[in-house]
Amino acid sequence: MKYYRSHVLVCVDPECLKKGAHEVMDALQDELVAQGLIDEVQVLETSRIGGCDSGPELMVYPEGVHYSNLTPDDMAYLVEEHFLKGRVAKKFVTEEKAFTDEELGAPTAKEIRVVLRNCGKIDPENIEDYIAEDGYQALGKVLSEYTPEQVIDEVLKSGLRGRGGAGFPTGKKWQFARASQENPKYVICNADEGDPGAFMNRRVLEGDPHAVIEGMIIAAYAIGSNQGYIYCRAEYPIAVKTLRIAIEQAKNIGLLGKNILGTDFSFDLEVRMGAGAFVCGEETALMASIEGLRGEPRPRPPFPAVKGLFAKPSNINNVETFANIPQIIFKGADWYASMGTEKSKGTKTFALAGDVKHSGLIEIPFGLTLREIVYDVGGGIKDDKGFKAIQTGGPMGGCLPEAYLDLPVDYEALNQAGSIMGSGGLVIMDDETCMVDIARFFMDFTQDESCGKCTPCRVGTRRILEILERICAGKGHPDDIETLEYLCEQIKDDSLCGLGQGAPNPVITTLKHFREEYEAHIFEKRCPAKVCKALIRYEIIDGVCTGCTVCARNCPVNAISGERRQTHVIDPDVCVRCGICMQVCNFNAIVIN
Amino acid sequence: MTVEESNGKLVIQAVKNAVDRFGASKDELIPILNDVNREIGYLPSEALDEISKLLRVPKSQLFSVASFYRMLSTKRRGKHTIQFCESAPCHVAGGQAVWLAVKEHLHLNEGETTPDGKWTLLTTSCLGICAVGPVMMVDDDVYGNVDASLVPSILDKYQ
Repeated sequence: MKYYRSHVLVCVDPECLKKGAHEVMDALQDELVAQGLIDEVQVLETSRIGGCDSGPELMVYPEGVHYSNLTPDDMAYLVEEHFLKGRVAKKFVTEEKAFTDEELGAPTAKEIRVVLRNCGKIDPENIEDYIAEDGYQALGKVLSEYTPEQVIDEVLKSGLRGRGGAGFPTGKKWQFARASQENPKYVICNADEGDPGAFMNRRVLEGDPHAVIEGMIIAAYAIGSNQGYIYCRAEYPIAVKTLRIAIEQAKNIGLLGKNILGTDFSFDLEVRMGAGAFVCGEETALMASIEGLRGEPRPRPPFPAVKGLFAKPSNINNVETFANIPQIIFKGADWYASMGTEKSKGTKTFALAGDVKHSGLIEIPFGLTLREIVYDVGGGIKDDKGFKAIQTGGPMGGCLPEAYLDLPVDYEALNQAGSIMGSGGLVIMDDETCMVDIARFFMDFTQDESCGKCTPCRVGTRRILEILERICAGKGHPDDIETLEYLCEQIKDDSLCGLGQGAPNPVITTLKHFREEYEAHIFEKRCPAKVCKALIRYEIIDGVCTGCTVCARNCPVNAISGERRQTHVIDPDVCVRCGICMQVCNFNAIVIN
Repeated sequence: MTVEESNGKLVIQAVKNAVDRFGASKDELIPILNDVNREIGYLPSEALDEISKLLRVPKSQLFSVASFYRMLSTKRRGKHTIQFCESAPCHVAGGQAVWLAVKEHLHLNEGETTPDGKWTLLTTSCLGICAVGPVMMVDDDVYGNVDASLVPSILDKYQ
């Protein structure tokens, strides 16, 4: 292994890139070459150091010094001060403060990094980097000091719950699998992360693959399994590649394969790739897919712990669940259980998306309120607009309005509010969002991804989508709301798997919290958020319009007429509601009604 | 040798390579189908016949699997496949304009293949690279922060 005395991580998030992060990086590298330091200092790209507002920024390790507001011209001074003279170049340091282990690398004060602790910090393709961060220590501890039962007890005590979304206690799941008498048993990692906008697992797989692998080996030891599978979606080719490299490296130094660390415990691991089917994230569908079948769910019971993959006892956990395991063992269940709420312990990663200022990945302890997540961690609503709703739990989750902003985020609280934790997607919507349109958007996704095996989901989601499309098109029937409620209830109760059971959630929650918007669409043929094209009209305000003809000349369908210097008129029958006229008007004379 | 015969040979060779690589086991069906699909661009009927013979699995079952997954195709696909992310985060980041630019550049609609067999245009579910949306994938190469003006230069890289 090549030895570097310092590592420089340059943030290449979009915001920093825009401000010239690559130019800074090039200048830094040139300067290191000029000073003959290029063999001593390694420069790497990373993301989300946390100060994109004052980018371009970089971190220097092992010191952990954070420099920001950099320009290419600053690099000569920075290299001379920091790397030649060995002192912190204070003028680029914005804040100095001591961090705890968990806080180190967390971009905002309310975040804690447990699962993401190594992401962006270590080289994922180098097992030595992981080992240097206490990697595989937990495995050593388990194999030399713990019985399988003790491992399960420790995980139970930590309070860790399934991070795939359902929140079942991980230790219990392992207990069931351990109790099954049949052999062989399988350990499966669910890396089929399909929720749109949720990419927490991808980050872990690509940034810290050994944490997942170590977690799986420990699980295998606990339940008594010798063969594991990581089922990764085909949309993540880089994650698959990183995992394969990591497995190879672990095999080479005896952490996978026969007689791990000289004990009589053996465990092998294989990566299986999906082929593009959202439903394969459901555990029974996933196992069918590994077996080489259509990825259709099977009825439970029998549960996977009894009859899973190849009809053998199987334990299946999510990427994030496994990534938590090594640290729970290494630092102790009490440390882990000290974070979070009474029933939801530890931290959870979320992907913030939508109309929020700082979108991207975050990791927070359970118990933070939605308001803290949106405003303190996420920086508030984009363009300082008003908050309208937050969708938790991905396409099978629910939309919660402002009244729920002070809800502490844990499994129980979200369920009680009618939503779910899900895998961790959080879509934030501003006050210009039409909730009927949002429900339609999510239903479009689920009906497309329904595998078609059971009727309530296959037919029901299609019928709901048709009704929502009709409502958005201004052709809603007076009894549509009632029909929607009936259909939602039926689909929720009668579908085979989580996809169908969760599919109506966006509709149920928007009907509950934003019913007046549905009513406005149906009875008044009006879209209050001015989004649904069929229900809005572009109009030109008399007196404000100067008759400059810009709108008429730019209208793609010639819907605007009027003499020069006279107020123009839009023909609503011809207008296609593209909005170009409003964009080009220099006098703000065009409004939506 | 006619074109059909030489194509047939290619298909049989591709199947043989895939089966050699993963083993003639039913459990390896999806990796095998993925491999052949990648090699030939789609799964022609002859390929399914050959796999059926080697794996001793009925062709009907192969078809049920091949038609289930989005990334496998039983219809002919172009030499290069473009997968465009149609999820909400990319949509919000201006994905629609890029999508229209790609469609216009290749004169294709979703699911279509160019007459010269070079390009197939598909939409995909979330690629998980939402922080750099809009995102598209050409074969195995991922492109982030794409805007409409970058489309021609990206596509020109492929022969």
